[in-house]
Amino acid sequence: MQNQLVMFEEEQVLINAICDALYKDANAKAVLCIDKNGQAIASAGEVESLDITSLSSLTAGNVAATGGIASLLSEKEFAGQFHEGENTNVHISIISSRVILLVLFDGRSSLGLVRLRVKRATKGLAEVLEVLEKKTAENSNSILAEITDDDIDNLFND
Amino acid sequence: MSFINYSSREINCKIVYYGPGLCGKTTNLQHIYNKTNPDAKGKMISLATETERTLFFDFLPLSLGEIRGFKTRFHLYTVPGQVFYDASRKLILKGVDGVVFVADSQVERIEANIESLENLKENLEDQGYDLDKLPYVIQYNKRDLPNASSREELDAELNPNNVPAYDACAVTGEGVFDTLKAVAKLVLTELRKGQ
Repeated sequence: MQNQLVMFEEEQVLINAICDALYKDANAKAVLCIDKNGQAIASAGEVESLDITSLSSLTAGNVAATGGIASLLSEKEFAGQFHEGENTNVHISIISSRVILLVLFDGRSSLGLVRLRVKRATKGLAEVLEVLEKKTAENSNSILAEITDDDIDNLFND
Repeated sequence: MSFINYSSREINCKIVYYGPGLCGKTTNLQHIYNKTNPDAKGKMISLATETERTLFFDFLPLSLGEIRGFKTRFHLYTVPGQVFYDASRKLILKGVDGVVFVADSQVERIEANIESLENLKENLEDQGYDLDKLPYVIQYNKRDLPNASSREELDAELNPNNVPAYDACAVTGEGVFDTLKAVAKLVLTELRKGQ
């Protein structure tokens, strides 16, 4: 099995802070950080009305499909995408080939500003992801090792 | 690829339902969606054609309860079964933790089952996986139909390694949860072993 993505408290706090700063600096509606397999990692901004789980899965599917197109065209990947809506625009970027940064914004902001601020956030996120990768490799003593057969069986008792 | 979050205390896993066109992959997810408590499920998303054939994937997020204070969340995906959507099938297998192969029991679909299973193995290999090493179960769907092949025939063609296999009728829901529980259990057991 491939390497798991593991998130620790300290890095979660850092990623939350980066998303929050991006939300404010870019005048965005919301910011989501999503793992490339479609799991939501962090969010900031006006997210109460958003279905974050669905949005994460569909964004990851979109990025995977675009990555498929890139590979057919002999491109490594398309690092950014932009969707223009009537009320909400979407900016999608891939960080360290590992996570997706999704910024939702409206007329209060602009594509130029979002791009500029995303660039800054990208650097910070890439650093955190690097630390996370090292930490994951060093911390094999995870919760999973403590799980017993009974724990798993109990989950499925109706 | 599972995602363990120590901060939100969650274990997230991805299960993919694979199989030939019209074998009942989407019907499996629809049944799970219809029979699951609203607290335990998210919205089911189907990216389908106008004729309700899966175009890219169906997606259903599901919570199965807690283990040692960690919430277990399973993301269920189906692939488009039609042969020409192979590029999409490959993408959906990325990061998979467990696979359900839904076979169509009808005697005239045996070739389609074999072809789809071969395609699954190839696409997994392309992503660096080996089906023999992944949590994997088979579901023999449409057992209620009069033209269904016998279990012996299906096992001989599709299950040479004797992985867990379940009879099902996804339309009525028979065998659907047995299949899901079996693969979810294998995924968690494999995750633990991997540590």
